[in-house]
Amino acid sequence: MLEVANLEVVYNDVVLVLRGISLQVPDGEIVALLGANGAGKTTTLRAIGGLLDVHEGDITKGSVTWNGERIDKKEPAEIVRAGITQVLEGRRIFGEMNVEDNLRTGAFTNRNKSSVDTAYTRVMDLFPVLGERRKAVAGYLSGGEQQMLAIGRALMADPKLLILDEPSLGLAPKLVQQIKDIIVDINKQGTAVLLIEQNATMALSIANHGYIMENGKLVMDGDPKKLLEDEDVQEFYLGLHGSGERKSFRDVKHYKRRKRWLS
Amino acid sequence: MSLLILAQAAADSGVDKFVGAITNGLSLGAIYALLALGFVIIFKATQVISFAHGAVAALGAYLVAYFATVLNFPGGALGGPAWLQWTVSAVFAVLATAVVGLVLERVAIRPMIGEPIFSIAMVTIGLDIVIRTITNDFISTDPRPLGDPFGTNIWEAGPISMAYSEVATIIVTIVLVLAIAWFFRSRIGVAMRATAFDQEAAMAQGISVGRIFAIAWAIGAGLAAVAGIFSSVFPRASQGVSAETAFFAFRAFPAIILGGLDSVPGAVVGGFVIGLAESFAGKYMTWSGFGVGFSGIVPYLVMMLVLLVRPYGLFGTEEIRRV
Repeated sequence: MLEVANLEVVYNDVVLVLRGISLQVPDGEIVALLGANGAGKTTTLRAIGGLLDVHEGDITKGSVTWNGERIDKKEPAEIVRAGITQVLEGRRIFGEMNVEDNLRTGAFTNRNKSSVDTAYTRVMDLFPVLGERRKAVAGYLSGGEQQMLAIGRALMADPKLLILDEPSLGLAPKLVQQIKDIIVDINKQGTAVLLIEQNATMALSIANHGYIMENGKLVMDGDPKKLLEDEDVQEFYLGLHGSGERKSFRDVKHYKRRKRWLS
Repeated sequence: MSLLILAQAAADSGVDKFVGAITNGLSLGAIYALLALGFVIIFKATQVISFAHGAVAALGAYLVAYFATVLNFPGGALGGPAWLQWTVSAVFAVLATAVVGLVLERVAIRPMIGEPIFSIAMVTIGLDIVIRTITNDFISTDPRPLGDPFGTNIWEAGPISMAYSEVATIIVTIVLVLAIAWFFRSRIGVAMRATAFDQEAAMAQGISVGRIFAIAWAIGAGLAAVAGIFSSVFPRASQGVSAETAFFAFRAFPAIILGGLDSVPGAVVGGFVIGLAESFAGKYMTWSGFGVGFSGIVPYLVMMLVLLVRPYGLFGTEEIRRV
């Protein structure tokens, strides 16, 4: 189980991005983290994965614990070895290498040959299309295939917790549906998933628990079904008005509307 | 080297001259290929051209001179025939140079991770000056022969006549090139390519970027040392290691640019093309209007011609971008 407690992150020693985030990802569950641009979702992930250094970020308060052990001071490699792997926003596949070599980089921390073979078979079962394009240069894959490759690469480390940052970004609705099914499949095989999304409908439809972030704080959390019914969530994340009808933009007056975030 | 070529040019004629140009070019090209490989490996991992490469090559050659002739360690402790003792000591010195590469990376390059490439290149220029100064101080004004077992022996077969060291250069280069080609298919090698492409994404896969940099620098320094050895023995140099050795490495620049900065086959092909071009120019372009040392310019001319046609070099990767 991953536990983030009171996490505070500062970039460049001045920009306070996370103002005390606390969240939990229990084993074997899907947890969704939603929020608008700049809310601090990706920063939360970087803090978990140990990738803040590259971006001049520091954890100033709070802790990240994985199965009872503090991991907020650890190197990214140690965290991956401990069983947490993430798929970065924007896929970030190694475009000049072929599909197979991309997958091999994912297995870097996985030194056990039979475990690598198992992971490889699992990836090939989940993404048959990657098998067909094994020798293709990754940079020339379609957007959907690249996303699959990025997820497959992360699975090669055989993680207990898979963190996905906006897997639906820039994909056609049909592909979003496909990615969603794949996430459910991965979860069924026993991997916990922390899903960061802007596509709230998709994320909440498969999650066991949802968190909503704004300006570096968690403003609401709870059962996804309850979140979907919440008036504020509907208006700001699903684009619906209370009753479900479309609303004229003339009447919106976003700036006057106060969010109550009642949970 | 040029003296030797001139002497041969006077004696040679016809077939002998042509074959001589080829053998000389191949062995010279092998040294360039080794140097270029070192540049390419460091570039592939860190995206930086190490301007300290020549200094490291000279340092490596000096260490060989020191371990093999002054100390006779560890070959001397092992016993056996003289050439075996020398080889053991030389290999030890090459490994020592690789360790120096590790230290350089840890002390000077690691703190620069995440900084602009340009700044890191500047750091390597600083390293070049420091290492060169220290090495030159050790070399001082004494001749520093490497005490190599090749001596001035010549191997002759029909029209072919090559110095033992030239034959050794080519064999060692082939072995090392195969080893490096294998390395890039291995687990660490694939991780190195990944790191070169996207450091953060590599870190997210659990690849320790610092360790990859260290490995690249160690291999690069080791290759530089081997090249340093072969560029400091007969017929390339008459005095062993000297201050000139450090500058020899920069003659491999046209080779890496020609082959493409990030390509192992490119480094090898580039090295041999430049070596052959220089050798042929030395033998045949002797018209007095060219002046003395025209063969030194030819590699750059070849490089410019190739860049006009293929801006990424012969084997360099063009940036892959899906539209």
